[in-house]
Amino acid sequence: MQGRTRNIYLIPYMLWIVLFVVAPIALIMYYSMFNIDGAWSLENYRRFFTPVYLSMTLRSFWYAILITGFALLIAYPTAYLLTKTEHKQLWLMLIILPSWINLLLKVYAFIGILGFYGPINSFLRIIGIGSRQILFTGFSFIFVAVYIFIPYMILPVFNALEELNPSLVDAARDLGASPWATFRRVIFPLTVSGVKAGCRAVFIPALSLFMITRLIAGNRVITLGTAIEQHFLVTQDWGMGSTIAVFLIIAMGLTMIMTENGKLVK
Amino acid sequence: MKKVMQMFITVVIAALGLMYLTFVLNSQQGYSGGNTLTVYNWGDYIDPELITKFQQETGIKIIYQTFDSNEAMLTKIAQGGTSFDVAIPSDYAISKMKEQGLLIPLDHCKIPNLKYIDPRFLDLPFDENNEYSAPYFWGTLGIIYNPEILEGMEFTSWNDLWDERLRNEILLYDSAREVIGMGLNSLHYSLNDTDIDHLMEAKRKLDALSPNIKAIVGDEVKMLLANEEAAIGVVWSGDASEIIGANDKLDYVIPDEGTNIWFDNIVIPAGAKNVEGAHLFINFMLDPENAAQNTEYVGYSTPNMKALEYLPEEITGDVRFYPGSDITDKFELYENLGKKMTAYYNELFLEFKMHRK
Repeated sequence: MQGRTRNIYLIPYMLWIVLFVVAPIALIMYYSMFNIDGAWSLENYRRFFTPVYLSMTLRSFWYAILITGFALLIAYPTAYLLTKTEHKQLWLMLIILPSWINLLLKVYAFIGILGFYGPINSFLRIIGIGSRQILFTGFSFIFVAVYIFIPYMILPVFNALEELNPSLVDAARDLGASPWATFRRVIFPLTVSGVKAGCRAVFIPALSLFMITRLIAGNRVITLGTAIEQHFLVTQDWGMGSTIAVFLIIAMGLTMIMTENGKLVK
Repeated sequence: MKKVMQMFITVVIAALGLMYLTFVLNSQQGYSGGNTLTVYNWGDYIDPELITKFQQETGIKIIYQTFDSNEAMLTKIAQGGTSFDVAIPSDYAISKMKEQGLLIPLDHCKIPNLKYIDPRFLDLPFDENNEYSAPYFWGTLGIIYNPEILEGMEFTSWNDLWDERLRNEILLYDSAREVIGMGLNSLHYSLNDTDIDHLMEAKRKLDALSPNIKAIVGDEVKMLLANEEAAIGVVWSGDASEIIGANDKLDYVIPDEGTNIWFDNIVIPAGAKNVEGAHLFINFMLDPENAAQNTEYVGYSTPNMKALEYLPEEITGDVRFYPGSDITDKFELYENLGKKMTAYYNELFLEFKMHRK
């Protein structure tokens, strides 16, 4: 009797997984097998290996790596300093706060901030550098993406640093390790799980970014996400859109596996 | 388990109760069957006073819903979840809807005001004899520029955009048909060209334009140009009149080589519940005085010849938005190129967007 009740409670979760995880992926695979004429073929997969899509894939990866790298570079010291402050929960909340605001709203605000008549360019004019184009460049794209993703990097790193036993750091220092050696040999290896979790939380969504490629980068940066959007909404070529999505899923799976292996802490 | 069932039943009963309640409330307010009219239109694309006027004249309540792209509208009407009595799609969307059997033919006897429409804008390829649609607004694609920033540069041709002085100044729409079409037009080819060599030539020509392009964006184009973030844009005449309304330094030109002409027409989608009311509404919107009032509010070009008489000279005399028939004859409608060709246009456009400066 008990066992049966337990199975009944499982039903909602199973339904959820089947309907919202398994079925969509199966549908994407299914659609990717149809070419534009609606005929069954592997043409889309052949098309994916043409220079256009390959270079798009490379660029998407390159930008996602840059975004993840910069986010980590900023998030790690921030998280480290946070653990040293007195009211860490308050500071943490202040850093997380912007992620409560709608993404689109933040992106629109950046159009104003980075614009030719925006505050950044006014500042550059005042200090004599002179105004320059910031909006619609690769730089603005990475800048805004990093800003958006930073909270997702800080949180896991912060948690890992919090779990770190301070006496280990003290022991390293007592035994004569320099601050840099302490960081390299003790602190970083013990928090690498947090770093990996953060990288996963940033890299995967960064790979399929699409809206800010138009709004902030003015389509001067084209990622796989942009191509998917165009194929579904404009071309109505669901097959090709799905094929790109299949490759994104594979890429994400690989990322997961790569960051999963060799976990050092629980 | 018992509890789960109880909850389930409660939810079902609550849902049925709410459905009954909305039905009762709607019928009390007179929102039922014969005397409501669901209008499906672009955002801010009708003078709200006309809705009030129509409700007073006919006693029909209007339920007004909006969409932001033809594709979104098509999907919603094809799904059929909500029934719309009147919709206002663009030309190519109308031919698609016709193909898919999503339109109800118009009864011309019930729309006598159709006689006021300029014959130039009737009986067009996307809807021959206006069997399914009546013109609402029309416009062109052209160049909008800021003479102040560009120090008196003048534009008469698409080819002027390739000028070296325009480094990093041009804004384009993120739309394959418009951008590839511009390339084709600049080479004096048809906007509906399907010759692969011509298309490749246009693509190469567009690649050469790359250094001059600041960004390829959507609706933000209006804000960016009005705020002088960029000096030139290739925009729809409707957007152009909005931008000029916000910043009157800007000027709009239709290039000599010709361009695209577009229409937004009123149709009755399949599944309409109040076909009678829909005809009343279409006739009401085509009434010259109402059309004139609507034109002043929306700022797009009206196809209603008689309405022009009610509009001030400064609007109707503006050849940028009301070009004569000698000029409109050179304009081309977008034809439905079929899925395969549309995909090819988009592939070229994607390659163009990826082209490095």
